[in-house]
Amino acid sequence: MISRRDFLQASMAATALYGASSFGNWGKLAAQQALTQDKLLEFDTFGNVSLIHVTDIHAQLKPIYFREPSVNIGVGENRGQVPHVTGADFRKLYGIADGSPSAYALTYNDFTALAQGYGKMGGLDCVATVVNQIRADRPDALLLDGGDTWHGSYTCYHTQGQDMVNVMNALKPDAMTFHWEFTLGSDRVAELVEGLPFAALGQNIFDAEWDEPAELFPPYKFYETGGVKVAVIGQAFPYMPIANPGWMFPEYSFGIRDERMQEMVDEVRAKGAELVVCLSHNGFDVDKQMAGVVTGIDVILSGHTHDALPEPVLVGETIIVASGSNGKFVSRVDLDVQNGRMMGFRHKLIPIFSDVIAPDPAMTALIDEQRAPYLDQLTEVIGTTAEDTLLYRRGNFNGTWDDLICDALLSEREADIALSPGVRWGPSILPGQDITREDIFNVTSMTYPEAYRTEMTGEFLHIVLEDVADNLFNPNPYYQQGGDMVRTGGLGYRIDVTQPQGSRITELTLLKTGERIDPAKSYQVAGWASVNEGTEGPPIWDVVENHIRKQGTVSLDPNTSVSVKGA
Amino acid sequence: MEFTRRSAIVMGAGAFAALFLPKLAVAAAGDDAIAAFTGGAEMADTGVTLTAPEIAENGNTVPIEVDAPGATEILVLALGNPTPPVATFKFGPLAATQHASTRIRLAGTQDVIAIAKLADGSFAKATSTIKVTIGGCGG
Repeated sequence: MISRRDFLQASMAATALYGASSFGNWGKLAAQQALTQDKLLEFDTFGNVSLIHVTDIHAQLKPIYFREPSVNIGVGENRGQVPHVTGADFRKLYGIADGSPSAYALTYNDFTALAQGYGKMGGLDCVATVVNQIRADRPDALLLDGGDTWHGSYTCYHTQGQDMVNVMNALKPDAMTFHWEFTLGSDRVAELVEGLPFAALGQNIFDAEWDEPAELFPPYKFYETGGVKVAVIGQAFPYMPIANPGWMFPEYSFGIRDERMQEMVDEVRAKGAELVVCLSHNGFDVDKQMAGVVTGIDVILSGHTHDALPEPVLVGETIIVASGSNGKFVSRVDLDVQNGRMMGFRHKLIPIFSDVIAPDPAMTALIDEQRAPYLDQLTEVIGTTAEDTLLYRRGNFNGTWDDLICDALLSEREADIALSPGVRWGPSILPGQDITREDIFNVTSMTYPEAYRTEMTGEFLHIVLEDVADNLFNPNPYYQQGGDMVRTGGLGYRIDVTQPQGSRITELTLLKTGERIDPAKSYQVAGWASVNEGTEGPPIWDVVENHIRKQGTVSLDPNTSVSVKGA
Repeated sequence: MEFTRRSAIVMGAGAFAALFLPKLAVAAAGDDAIAAFTGGAEMADTGVTLTAPEIAENGNTVPIEVDAPGATEILVLALGNPTPPVATFKFGPLAATQHASTRIRLAGTQDVIAIAKLADGSFAKATSTIKVTIGGCGG
């Protein structure tokens, strides 16, 4: 008799083969100039249930370039494990040919050249085409949005998320969970959520005062699809009031709350759920750990840490699917559910090549309608990147976009040291490309954009860096918050990621003098995105715009200010 | 009074020493409180459940729950606080459950420990590391 676990492992092998057939061939297909929509969407419909996963779109309605990270370090048990594999190692792991479309979509090497060849990715009108085609195969497929949807662009900021709500509603998701949405403020979140024609889920969204489940966000919802009773349990980002300004949504409390997750799984199973899906914004390593603690979840659709994986990861009898960010990918997961058990699956991470997939015309029109009132502002050209300068953000320590933002803070705010938050959103700009106001908003847009200037002692700077480093490199994933390291301008340091908090950061150096930072001395520090209420300063996008205007053509020196040990 | 360089240095050293004293004192206070409660008895690792956030949303008011079926008393200690004993919950013979929840204030990242005294006189403990962070930078 074949056990369920054997079935799952057989499915994994089949997925790998399937993945290999689609991924591996792209290189050849490209060589044959034959990258087609049909090939990208090719899928042998399987079993009786289909899930469609999108996550971390960050309000990118239009196609973008997005360079994946070169540095993504795993610690503890996750050292060297996916998603902490990048570049050539990633391609080797998944059998991806150098220079192939999947190499472009999933790894960072030769990004500029490949981007010029393969074009932009994403765009919700292209995503709509993919979703529609899956629904043509399986009309009752469930579309699940992992959150970070109503945040991250000029139009999203100026409409307080309305543009994204309008467009996503047209895509007809079945459920959603949340993170940056809450930075719209609890009143606006409530207003938008009350109007949603689909479920807003979060088993870990609590009323802060009474420490009881928040009424507005049910823990789960049941769906009947393919004759199967499916329960989708929501898991919002656990550390919202810590990583983002809690004063903007003081009514709510979060946390991982894996004990309650187990209760909810048991509850839906008792109510007859044959398939249990967790729509999560935990981040990948937290989801992996939770899958080992909570029993009875069949599928975790994982978001937050922006990882795109060509195959699910199997933990016990749970599969974890990671679908990237910024609209670059859509995951399709077909499942065979028999007698209340998931017996097998077929999976595909579908890359949204916007030059290959025909956009859905109705969706294009709807997107353009959202943008129309702001088009002059969006398209104004502020500067240009030099022929040797690619602007990108992702990576554990620094990206050129943040180097530019830190330079802007240092010069515009006349500071010794600049700090820029290690967020993972923000598309890339190719060399020789115009930088528009929209591009600047894509990497800075938020509801707490004030670029502050303050004095910090050397000792406090060290505490700040140690604190953020522990949010990223604590060996226990439950203590990680899922952002990258705070970016520094004018400040160099050495980090040993294997050390405990307080001992990771050494050799803090003020770059303009080359001198060691004196713990007792005060320094002028400029930064943005403070979680503290009452922070004052001009919005960061104005600071960056002024700086780029003065530069005209943006060129950056290589950043060698951070030395990493233990990677 | 005139400040000489020497007296300033001595005062500095005094301030430095004062900074370090409380930590030792706190560790000892925690050990003393545990010893007073258990009389030095061994503590089992199962039998009491401590539910607490991994990272505190607000270090000034951290929700915790303790649950120890059959316990007569549960002692809660925040080992990194200036005064580690936080609460002792006592359950009479008619208590339907041996469960309690409260909110505690934490001076910084530290271990919180719950020790249950069971009806047979044995002890059980559970420990949780609760991080108090300065926050920021969520992906």
